[in-house]
Amino acid sequence: MLQIQCPYCGVRPESEFAYGGEAHIARPTDPSTLNDDQWAEFLYMRTNTKGVHAERWRHARGCNRFFNALRDTTSDRFLAFYRTGEPRPVLAGGKP
Amino acid sequence: MSAFRTATGGRIDRSRVIEFEFDGVRYTGLAGDTLASALLANGVHLMGRSFKYHRPRGVLGAGAEEPNALVGVWRDEARYTPNLRATTVELYAGLKAESQNRSPSLTVDKGSVNSLLSPFIPAGFYYKTFMWPKGAWKSLYEPAIREAAGLGRAPRLADPDRYGNRHAHCDVLVIGAGPAGIAAARAAAAAGASVILCDEQAEFGGSLLADPTAEIDGQPAAQWLAASLAELSAASRVTLLGRTTAFGYFPHNHVGLNQKLTDHLDKPAEGAIRERLWQVRASQVLIAQGAIERPLVFPGNDLPGILLASAARTYLNRYGVRVGEQIAVVTAHDAAYQTAFELKAAGAGIAVIADVRADVDAALLEQAAGLGITVRRAATVLGTTGKLRVTGLVLGSVSGEAVQAGDTIACDAVIMSGGFTPSVHLHSQSRGKLEWQPALGAFVPGEAAEATLSAGACRGVFGLAAVLNDGAAQGAAAATAAGHGAGVRTYQASEAARHGGGFLGALPQPGGKPGKKAFLDWQNDVTTRDIALAIREGFVSVEHVKRYTTNGMATDQGKTSNMNALALVAATLGKPIPECGLTTFRMPYTPVTFGSFAGYSRGDLFEPVRRTAIHDWAREHGAVFEDVGAWKRARYFPRGGEDMHEAVNRECIALRHGCGIFDASTLGKIEVVGPDAATFLERLYVNSWANLKVGRSRYGILCREDGFVYDDGVIARLAEDRFHVTTTTGGAARVYAFMEDYLQTEWQDLRVWLTSITEQYSVIAVQGPNARRVLEPLIEGVDLSATALPHMGVATGRILGVPMRLFRVSFTGELGFEVNVPADYGRAVWEAIFASGESHGIVPYGTEAMHVLRAEKGYIIVGQETDGTLTPDDAGLGWAIGRQKADFVGKRSLARASMQTADRKQLVGLRTVDPAVVLEEGAQIVDSPGQTPPMRLIGHVTSSYHSAVLGHSIALAVVRGGRARLGHTLYVPMPEGDIPVTVTSTVFYDADGARLHG
Repeated sequence: MLQIQCPYCGVRPESEFAYGGEAHIARPTDPSTLNDDQWAEFLYMRTNTKGVHAERWRHARGCNRFFNALRDTTSDRFLAFYRTGEPRPVLAGGKP
Repeated sequence: MSAFRTATGGRIDRSRVIEFEFDGVRYTGLAGDTLASALLANGVHLMGRSFKYHRPRGVLGAGAEEPNALVGVWRDEARYTPNLRATTVELYAGLKAESQNRSPSLTVDKGSVNSLLSPFIPAGFYYKTFMWPKGAWKSLYEPAIREAAGLGRAPRLADPDRYGNRHAHCDVLVIGAGPAGIAAARAAAAAGASVILCDEQAEFGGSLLADPTAEIDGQPAAQWLAASLAELSAASRVTLLGRTTAFGYFPHNHVGLNQKLTDHLDKPAEGAIRERLWQVRASQVLIAQGAIERPLVFPGNDLPGILLASAARTYLNRYGVRVGEQIAVVTAHDAAYQTAFELKAAGAGIAVIADVRADVDAALLEQAAGLGITVRRAATVLGTTGKLRVTGLVLGSVSGEAVQAGDTIACDAVIMSGGFTPSVHLHSQSRGKLEWQPALGAFVPGEAAEATLSAGACRGVFGLAAVLNDGAAQGAAAATAAGHGAGVRTYQASEAARHGGGFLGALPQPGGKPGKKAFLDWQNDVTTRDIALAIREGFVSVEHVKRYTTNGMATDQGKTSNMNALALVAATLGKPIPECGLTTFRMPYTPVTFGSFAGYSRGDLFEPVRRTAIHDWAREHGAVFEDVGAWKRARYFPRGGEDMHEAVNRECIALRHGCGIFDASTLGKIEVVGPDAATFLERLYVNSWANLKVGRSRYGILCREDGFVYDDGVIARLAEDRFHVTTTTGGAARVYAFMEDYLQTEWQDLRVWLTSITEQYSVIAVQGPNARRVLEPLIEGVDLSATALPHMGVATGRILGVPMRLFRVSFTGELGFEVNVPADYGRAVWEAIFASGESHGIVPYGTEAMHVLRAEKGYIIVGQETDGTLTPDDAGLGWAIGRQKADFVGKRSLARASMQTADRKQLVGLRTVDPAVVLEEGAQIVDSPGQTPPMRLIGHVTSSYHSAVLGHSIALAVVRGGRARLGHTLYVPMPEGDIPVTVTSTVFYDADGARLHG
């Protein structure tokens, strides 16, 4: 079971959290201006990253807040936790 | 005292004789014995039959690595545990054990014919053999294979015992309480770290328990051990867990421990916890798993009486048991010499020491000569004699590539050593890398993936002093890494055994060919010839060879077999071992019971049950319940001898003619509050909300961003800034999470707060033409008249003095109200309404009648009519969409061309031509009769009931282009033939809604 650091509550076991998919995919402000391809891109396309992945988590059995994390999908290591709305952190060593 | 028990020594309690039974024969052992040591003390080596060839097998090891001696232990029929290793079963008074995989008995086993057939059933035979004739698989092969497959049998009664579960955190988890682990735990504890020290055995000490002559810091090892354990027990921040196996290493230093609490007791206390699963989260894990001796691979190496030298030493020094009278030693490692010397001193004869090596330490040879023991060097073993017990060892000699046949040495036991394999299981489970050490001929832990250190023999450190000092250093390092700076101390130690040598693969045979019945994997019956066959057939990856031959795939996880098999693969392919790579280690290290994993989560505690405040009333009135999510919901209220059908018919008719009362408390309820509450709902739901007046409600539909219906429910506006949102029973949690998602991550500009109020309110639906008359006398401050409180009107007031939110809504098509009161008052209000209704023919009705009543009106249930691929328009709810709205969740998707085609599946009603026929829900629909598979399926039945009020069956269905097919005849193909149906409107009853607005 992974350990996840809620930016509001602290380190908790994974079983308290719900996964929320890829982070930093903003809902278009006016979807009606998008053509079908652009809308499908927003709705369905995800990066499926091998490596550092920015993703959303919700502290479902805690404070119920959404937040973001950087996780290396090859090692299952979390590299950073940050609040919704904050920019994706730049990791030491310049890794994106 | 039995012939094989030594006169003195060992850690057994000679004053406590214990009776036990094996295969119906009564024996005695001593307190402190394992089942294996007690049987050996009685001269019994034959403890099982092998899995595939049913070969007679004796004990090979003395601990968790044991592949052969698998037994079933019977305390009573419910407490029968199969597949226990006799080497780890602690003896208790009255223990009853039986051997497995034999019929009728261990000595006479009809399955042993497989051994004669072995040339025809090599590795992979079942992939090739059971291919023809076609029908034979089901009728012949599968039943026969099922009968032959598997090890042991399951207990025949449910497990009556309790199993515990505990979470623990510590600075340093030390796995293994041998010299390395104890030194590590002492070092970490001395630094102030919190420590958990666990060991799978009953007694802490590891190799020290079998080494009576070792000395540590000038005192006998046993004294040092006792003092060290006393020190650790007294330390407040140290937890010692005996009989506790670290079976799995999970991400982020989460380690699973299985603690056995009662299996060793004569009579466990009633209700005592039998096993406990510990889930330990350690900031540092220190693995001190030790090493496991490797068997040597030679023809006939699996006869009872042939075992590992280190096991023989453990039986001698720990349990006071000689494994034979006349013992032959085959070794490639120095340590076996010491075992031979100690056995000789204990009165056993040593027939020979056959050393595979040409060069042997002169001191050992001298010592052997002094004891009158013959040593053969550059030896090999060409075979063994004996049937149920080894009687002789056929030796050979090796000179360069040539192997010369030699003489047969008579013996009643053979002890062997191919050297020691560091146990890298847990390090490897944690995804740590392994590193090949050529000098050692072993893989040792390499780069770690977790906060892990290893110490002692499990990382290739051998020799007592070196192991102790490694443990102390690594323990201090772990404490430091966990934030407790520590100094490093050193130990002085001596031991008699020497550590050098080792052999991998199969012993040389004449002509360089694999010998017959030279076993690599005892438990899965894999021989050197199977490996050769696999490679000949093209399996060159070690992972493929493993799966094809099943080497290392038995319950012992290849503890004694993996390295020899790997070396053999490498030698056959002519590749260096590290290039072949090792197969992956997986949890569990040793088998763990289902009970342990289940823990407390069984029976009533298996999962939470949600009951409404009215549940007990329903139960007292005979309700039959159904599970809806975690809720118990009253399904129907049978009277007299009614079955469900009769009860539902009665409930439906009574409601449509008088009044029904229904517990709708499980409906999800979310209060949406704030100055931007209306804007929030406007953006989320497909409907318009800005124009909803205070005191009114509206049926809302929620789509996902992909445009498909996700949930529905009535939403009431209680104030300008306050909405009472209802959701489906099953959707409550996910709709709440969905709302929070948009609020927190997309629309942070909105000032809106969400509160789940599902459990705060009891919801009592009062429905039917008499509903108003039933409620009116109880209600204060609300005018129930149709003009004051029309359909979809909402009011707050009091009922019996209890604050109430009153909704005039209907899920039945009748005049209806839903009374929301604080849950604590739910039952009292329910009873008052029921009492008031008795003169108006009130009946309680359950979910089944609710389903029929709503289907008569064509009201959908999300998740029944919809399946995640229906748009609001598909479901016949296009009218609800706020067309003027610039945006809502799902709007852009609904604008896609494919969401508007005429042949989408649309909700329609179906009438069977024969009114008595009730369609099967889920049945498929076709547009012409007499089709044969593959048919062109155009839809399916979503709801289907008999309508007592209408006197015929009704059904809802989704059908391609369904609304254009009104009046058409379609067909529901069933095994008995096509059922013709007519497409109708979804509303079967009171189409103009007069009753609703009454």
